Amino acid sequence: MSGRFLTDSPLPFCGGCGHGLVVRNTAKALERLGVSPLDVVLVTDIGCHGIIDGHFLTHTVHGLHGRAVALAAGIAAGLPETKTVLVYVGDGGAVIGLQHLVEAAHHNFDMTVIVHSNMLYGMTGGQPSGATPCGYRTPSCPAGKAEPGYDLCQRVHSAGAASARRVIGKGDFSDVIVEAMTTPGFAMVEVMEHCSSYGVKHNPERSLEAIVRDAELSMEPLRNPVTKPFRIESRGEALSLLAIDPIDRRFRAGLDRRISILLGGSAGEGVQVAAETFARAAIAAGLSATKKGIYPVTVGVGYSVAEIILSPEPILYAAAITPDLVALTSLDGFKYYQRVITEMRSGHILMDEELPGPVTNATVTRADIRRPAGKRGAALYALALLARQHRLFPTAALVEESARGRLAGKLDISHLLSQPDKEDA
Amino acid sequence: MRRPNRTPERAEHRCLIDGSRLIVESLARSGADVFVGYPITPANLIYAYGFKRVPVAIAAPDEITALQWMAGFSACGRIPITATSFPGFALMIESIGMAHMMELPMVVILAQRLGPATGSATAGAQGDLLLLHGMISGGYAVPVLCPADFTDCWELSSLAVHTAVRLRSPVVLLTSRETVMTQRDFDLGRLPDLTAAERVLYSGPDPYEPYTPEENLVPAFLPVGNDRHQVRLTASTHGRRGVHESVAAEALANTARLQGKVIANLPEFTKFELDEQDGSETIVVAWDVTALAARQAVARLRSRGRRVSLLVPKTLSPIPPIYTEVLARYARVVIAEENLTGQLRLILFGCAGRPGLVGVNAIGRMVSPGDIITAVKEQ
Ligand SMILES: Cc1ncc(C[n+]2csc(CCOP(=O)(O)OP(=O)(O)O)c2C)c(N)n1
Ligand code: SF4
Repeated sequence: MSGRFLTDSPLPFCGGCGHGLVVRNTAKALERLGVSPLDVVLVTDIGCHGIIDGHFLTHTVHGLHGRAVALAAGIAAGLPETKTVLVYVGDGGAVIGLQHLVEAAHHNFDMTVIVHSNMLYGMTGGQPSGATPCGYRTPSCPAGKAEPGYDLCQRVHSAGAASARRVIGKGDFSDVIVEAMTTPGFAMVEVMEHCSSYGVKHNPERSLEAIVRDAELSMEPLRNPVTKPFRIESRGEALSLLAIDPIDRRFRAGLDRRISILLGGSAGEGVQVAAETFARAAIAAGLSATKKGIYPVTVGVGYSVAEIILSPEPILYAAAITPDLVALTSLDGFKYYQRVITEMRSGHILMDEELPGPVTNATVTRADIRRPAGKRGAALYALALLARQHRLFPTAALVEESARGRLAGKLDISHLLSQPDKEDA
Repeated sequence: MRRPNRTPERAEHRCLIDGSRLIVESLARSGADVFVGYPITPANLIYAYGFKRVPVAIAAPDEITALQWMAGFSACGRIPITATSFPGFALMIESIGMAHMMELPMVVILAQRLGPATGSATAGAQGDLLLLHGMISGGYAVPVLCPADFTDCWELSSLAVHTAVRLRSPVVLLTSRETVMTQRDFDLGRLPDLTAAERVLYSGPDPYEPYTPEENLVPAFLPVGNDRHQVRLTASTHGRRGVHESVAAEALANTARLQGKVIANLPEFTKFELDEQDGSETIVVAWDVTALAARQAVARLRSRGRRVSLLVPKTLSPIPPIYTEVLARYARVVIAEENLTGQLRLILFGCAGRPGLVGVNAIGRMVSPGDIITAVKEQ
């Protein structure tokens, strides 16, 4: 039989292989659907069943072992609903790619998956798959598989498959395939079959019906309420990621050389935003600036530190080998940088007066930071004190930049800066 | 509000920005229309921007699925992109091989981090170049473009999309933590306009053969599911029709063409920076973020009267022949990279090396200008 969907070449399977029957039933189902071959995309997995692609006159895609369902999901989501996406996979491919089946059922990708469930890996010589039923014998387990196999229909049903149904691979079951193909969304048909080369010989006296019954695999169609099949939808034109406010050069910087600044504080205390605001203020004063945040993967706890580099020249290499200035606002930040500050030979460390005294050759200033600025304002305030004391750029730049962006309306340290700090007094 | 999708005015537009933002905006403007994401540090910013900016964004349950979905979208005529780091990339490799064999355009951003294995997610590295040179069974080349700075993030991301479409191939945009996460002052006004990659579909007579090459060795594309011609895609060794043909001569010729097309079109995506100084006998070579340290080192050396040249290769696979031609002119070649074993060094000169070859390497921290200066000065 060839018709509109198959070439005239003889099918490539061993005599008596159940795969041939699946192919003929598929072609018949497609004829009955009345679609054109160019309305159908057949995606095949790796395995004996998968070498059929060249025989189909539909669009064909032949990918990797176990991945056909995921590949087809992309195709199904990308094509209009007038197209039919059909997937051929073996029980072996269904198990190595079980997550793809579950995911496709869960997302309700618009496709029909036909599992050629011959209870073993045919192509590689008859090893049992995860779906091989208990007791089924194959060349590599002649005593029969010790544990039960997955119930694939149940798996996809519980994941939300619109329809999942097991059939015995005998005679004409094209109506089951038609039903699956006309179901909107994800439908699966598991065709129970024998591999004539490795299965029949080792299980001579057992019929497919008996095997399925003994494995307590249900023949009942499983259905979930119909939901809209998943298709990718364009959100239309998005706002450019570059639609960000420019930082105008409106202040004059005092800094005349490259310096690096470390800011050490605690998670949740605005350290990263403060460092960003500080870098923006420096840019507003015509400086080049880089900012790098360092924090544990559990972002809500422990240290949160930032490395800032400022320079009147464009910055290339953006790392602080030995810091010039360090601002420490909490114990977490102090501990994080303890080794670094111990090794400092020069430079200035500004720290909250509540923190322990460090061992260092750098100049240390202890100041009242957390109390007046609050824990959320401490980082920005400490940086402001450094900016002022070392005449990096006017603190007015920092006040202005903190009135924009993420800190707008949330944090204002201008009142603190209007008073001279202890160092100035 | 600014009009969407327009390059900001040519006037100075300074801001504090990370490379991820430039990469995603550039990819989107160049025609990437589906972002498929599975999160991993340091690629999470790219994920976040992808979901904001790319016309379609979808979360995959794992990286194998991500690549398979992308292949499906690509087969339908979309230009999908994703971003990951080594652990995720490792999972993608079999599927990248599939996309390479099927000739499906897509861009995979690989943001390197410190390995081996899970390593340190938040530490940078340049540890995956060697992998990219051997990831396709048989050693076939997949174009790899690697930005050295933010301007490159913009231009090479665009080139990645254009190359993927033009070559019908996956393209890897190789970057690392520092580029995609560190914020820097940058003038957006300097960025050139970008054009979207043009997709030319097959318009000839029946039968359409999905793997019959055009003059540039790239076959004309048609999406699966189209109403005009049957399309066959396969990851198995195949001839022009797209069905498995084992070791038939036509099929092997097609396989060889996969390499041939990348080499033949290499001049169209060869990008590098060459800053030669007359009379210098030493050349510094650095890629990815280490190129910035190298630029700084070279400037400092020159300011102290030392003659030295600089090569920043940005096309990292296949290796353009010009690199070895240039390096052959120098008595000393100093290759700086943030890995232990000298991956670019191995790729360029193999295990045998060459006289005058010096590696500058570091792990867990960036190679510094000082490291490079020391190496250049040592005779
Ligand atoms: C990733 C990967 N692992 C293993 C293989 C080898 N392999 C090819 S086919 C196959 C099993 C096929 O069994 P099944 O999916 O049940 O299909 P059948 O051959 O029975 O039709 C395996 C393990 C492969 N191709 N790819
Ligand atoms: S080995 Fe088994 S599954 Fe494969 S074609 Fe032969 S009978 Fe069918």
